[in-house]
Amino acid sequence: MSTTIPAASLQPLTRQDFVSDQMVRWCPGCGDFAILAAVQRVMPELGIARENIVFISGIGCSSRFPYYMNTFGVHSIHGRAPTLATGLALANPELTLFVVTGDGDGLSIGGNHLLHILRRNVNVNILLFNNRIYGLTKGQYSPTSLPGHKTKSSPMGTVEQSLNPISVALAAEATFVARTVDVQSQHLTEVIRAAVAHRGASFVEIYQNCNIFNDHAWEYVTEKDQRDDRQLLLEHGKPMLFSGGKKGIRLRGMTPEVVSMEDATIDEILVHDAHAPSPHLAFMLSRMNFPEHPVPMGVFRSVEKPDYAHAVVDQVVTAQSQKGKGDLAKLLRGAETWTVTPHRGAADGKGHG
Amino acid sequence: MAETLTAAPPQVGSFEDLESVVIRFAGDSGDGMQLTGTQFTDTAAIIGNDISTMPDFPAEIRAPAGTLAGVSGYQVHFSSQDIYTPGDAADVLVAMNPAALKACLRDLKPDGFVIVNEDEFTAGNLKKAGYVDNPLDDGSLGSHKLFRIPLTKLNRAALTGIEGLNSKAIDRSKNMFALGLTFWIYDRPLSATLDWVSRQFKAKPEVIEANHRALHAGYHFGETTEAFQVRYHVAPASLPSGTYRKITGNEATAMGLVAAARLADKPLVYSSYPITPASDILHSLAALKHFDVRTAQLEDEIAAMGSTIGAAFGGAFAATGTSGPGIALKSEAMNLAIVLELPMVIVNVQRGGPSTGLPTKTEQSDLLQVLFGRNGESPIPVVAPATPGDCFDITVEAFRMAVRAMTPVVVLSDGYLANGSEPWIVPDPSKMEPIQVSHPVSFGPPAEGAPDFMPYQRDAAGGRPWAIPGTQGLEHRIGGLSKEPGTGNVSYAPEHHEQMVAERAAKVARLAEIIPPAEAHGPESGELLVISWGGTYGSVRRAVEDAQAQGKSVAHVHLRHLNPFPANLKAIMDGFQKILVPELNGGQLSFVLQGRFGRPVISAPKVQGQPYKISELAEHIRAALA
Repeated sequence: MSTTIPAASLQPLTRQDFVSDQMVRWCPGCGDFAILAAVQRVMPELGIARENIVFISGIGCSSRFPYYMNTFGVHSIHGRAPTLATGLALANPELTLFVVTGDGDGLSIGGNHLLHILRRNVNVNILLFNNRIYGLTKGQYSPTSLPGHKTKSSPMGTVEQSLNPISVALAAEATFVARTVDVQSQHLTEVIRAAVAHRGASFVEIYQNCNIFNDHAWEYVTEKDQRDDRQLLLEHGKPMLFSGGKKGIRLRGMTPEVVSMEDATIDEILVHDAHAPSPHLAFMLSRMNFPEHPVPMGVFRSVEKPDYAHAVVDQVVTAQSQKGKGDLAKLLRGAETWTVTPHRGAADGKGHG
Repeated sequence: MAETLTAAPPQVGSFEDLESVVIRFAGDSGDGMQLTGTQFTDTAAIIGNDISTMPDFPAEIRAPAGTLAGVSGYQVHFSSQDIYTPGDAADVLVAMNPAALKACLRDLKPDGFVIVNEDEFTAGNLKKAGYVDNPLDDGSLGSHKLFRIPLTKLNRAALTGIEGLNSKAIDRSKNMFALGLTFWIYDRPLSATLDWVSRQFKAKPEVIEANHRALHAGYHFGETTEAFQVRYHVAPASLPSGTYRKITGNEATAMGLVAAARLADKPLVYSSYPITPASDILHSLAALKHFDVRTAQLEDEIAAMGSTIGAAFGGAFAATGTSGPGIALKSEAMNLAIVLELPMVIVNVQRGGPSTGLPTKTEQSDLLQVLFGRNGESPIPVVAPATPGDCFDITVEAFRMAVRAMTPVVVLSDGYLANGSEPWIVPDPSKMEPIQVSHPVSFGPPAEGAPDFMPYQRDAAGGRPWAIPGTQGLEHRIGGLSKEPGTGNVSYAPEHHEQMVAERAAKVARLAEIIPPAEAHGPESGELLVISWGGTYGSVRRAVEDAQAQGKSVAHVHLRHLNPFPANLKAIMDGFQKILVPELNGGQLSFVLQGRFGRPVISAPKVQGQPYKISELAEHIRAALA
């Protein structure tokens, strides 16, 4: 179904056009509300017909998201949303697809699928709400919970190392990798816009607060009065300055270090290159964390590569130009046939089809 | 009674007519036995014999050379009569080494021929095969007629002087020598194989030369050795008139998927994960991109099922194929497909289980798994092909059912059908009925106050609208949670849940309206009804016909539809005193029939990874009638 729907016939849409008739059932105060509002707000700006947008999710609090978007949507099963998105892209590569997932859905049960949708570069926007906890199942530790985190399933603290979603995405050859925060709506909107503009798999980690089971998990980096000092806002081509320009990131050997701009010149400061073919820099940034470093926010990596479904369909087009559109009768005959006639009641010659 | 070449009496040239012959080619997995068997089969088919074949190979790509585990066999049954099976026992065993002889001797008729490559009967190879004494010399071959041929040496001699060919490549073509010899014995033309070799090795003239020479050498050896006093004719079969080809079950399945998509004017999205013995379907389809076939090799079985659901949601004809543990992995997502109510086809090429089981052997032991192996009330239509060629028809039919009822449909093929082959009348696609698909279309933005689109509003067949992304005004959300009827909105209301469960069950049950009625082969009533399903069709049909010829009161119903059953099945069963259900599992269809119809059946299970032999079934029929 590779039907391209022209966007020209669209009437201007508003945020309200993307609000479904379903009552939103997240807990009051949940970070998901802010993300939903930002996504609904950014949708009309994208210039994409509403019927060409599909939200696909797995299981978990974040995965209720499609019900609240007045687009096409599938609330699928735990961890498998990337697989549905892959098949849907194959059926119609022109759709704008979103996968909404969480740290449990995307990195635990669906970890394998996440790796592979990224490396295939399916044209999809993956929004991973990271709250470092299982919310819908009422508070067990997740793959991003910090070591030692005490939860219902880890009363003495977890003994597990946590995953860094940005590092995982980069290791999986993701072509677009970004991080943003639920409570910073302008940054959130900008990142989502950039993700949608990117052709191929866009991976966006969204720091999201679960005020019921893991409240304040990101406070150390999102608190308004400390933000400037604890976040590094990445901008392609710009030096990595933070704290109102008073501090910067400098490389010492292979290690990034924080320097005061009183002790360094601007030439010494690392310049962000999101388009670098190699993910070296992006990976280094992904390992920077508070308190040693500010937490990088924004687009870590954005590089162009062919997207999966178009590459598959291109092979169809190439095959058709080489062999012609498939002739079913010829296919069914195969390489060799023979004929039995009623008169002879026996075989009569053969043919090469 | 070993026959040595030197002692052959000089009477050559006479022909004897035979109705049918079963040959088993057996050797090391590197000996090219599958290819040898396929080539013999192709020629038999082209000559006009009816054919039925059974490859039998190890799961290991290259098991240790010379061992029993590494034996690869290919049995071909060719006949001047209508045949149903690859044959219970072989008339001729071509054994390329001691292990092949040891592994296959028990499947040889008592008076069958054994043709061996005596060069391979070395002390080392005998030991690897577990022989203490050389069976060629110790009289242990009993009544079999033995032909010992120094095949390796003869082949090397025939291939001397070919530029650019090393000794390994020379020895690799000795299967062609063996094939040439069997062609001589059964008076077959070499042309089809010569042509095939030329096409296959277009870029390697030295390999063409080697294989051509080996084939001719084997043929001429038959003529000149005088070891074979009699040659045999197997006349063409009087098959129904038409244009034929040879087909395996997996080939037919792949073409059925392509044909179904074409009949609906849809792209085919086939998502799969490599697994024996289903992978060949993926391979076939990957080569058919010019039919707008989009194949995807996913990261696992689960992803392949999920991708199939996504493709179906997008409006493509979506299918996946798997086997063994793969169907277990898919069951979670199959359930999602069932509650989303999207059309798709899931091909399960059954193999021996449980767990990894017998990857290359056949079994029918996934019936209960696909019928019931999911959480909750989740009815799914299940169909099963009867023959390799029927894989084509049943796959097209599966898509018809899927689209009508908006549901996934399972095709239960098996390893025996998938790799077995038969002559197949080539269907004319222009005479096949199109598959009608209608997607609700856009009427522009919905007007104020107009009712919302109802994704789960039932149509006459119990299906629902297949509204696809890209259709303006029909934006809707579907999911795995329980739903309100009609709107599909999430609902945990007890009566909504129960109604949706009932609606899904009803639309599956109502597929019986378009399923052809079951046919009793034989009397409409009597003492014994044999009910079979899937790949056992051929052997059961023949065993029943043999019993009927002996005057026994027995009929046969072969089921191609396992859920729902044909509507008249109960009525047919009521006409018989006893019911016998042979199947290659522990009695799964028996279990279902007894549960569904509340009457006892005689279960005849076989779980050896091997198909039913006609003789075994004859014994079950005899016992049931006793």
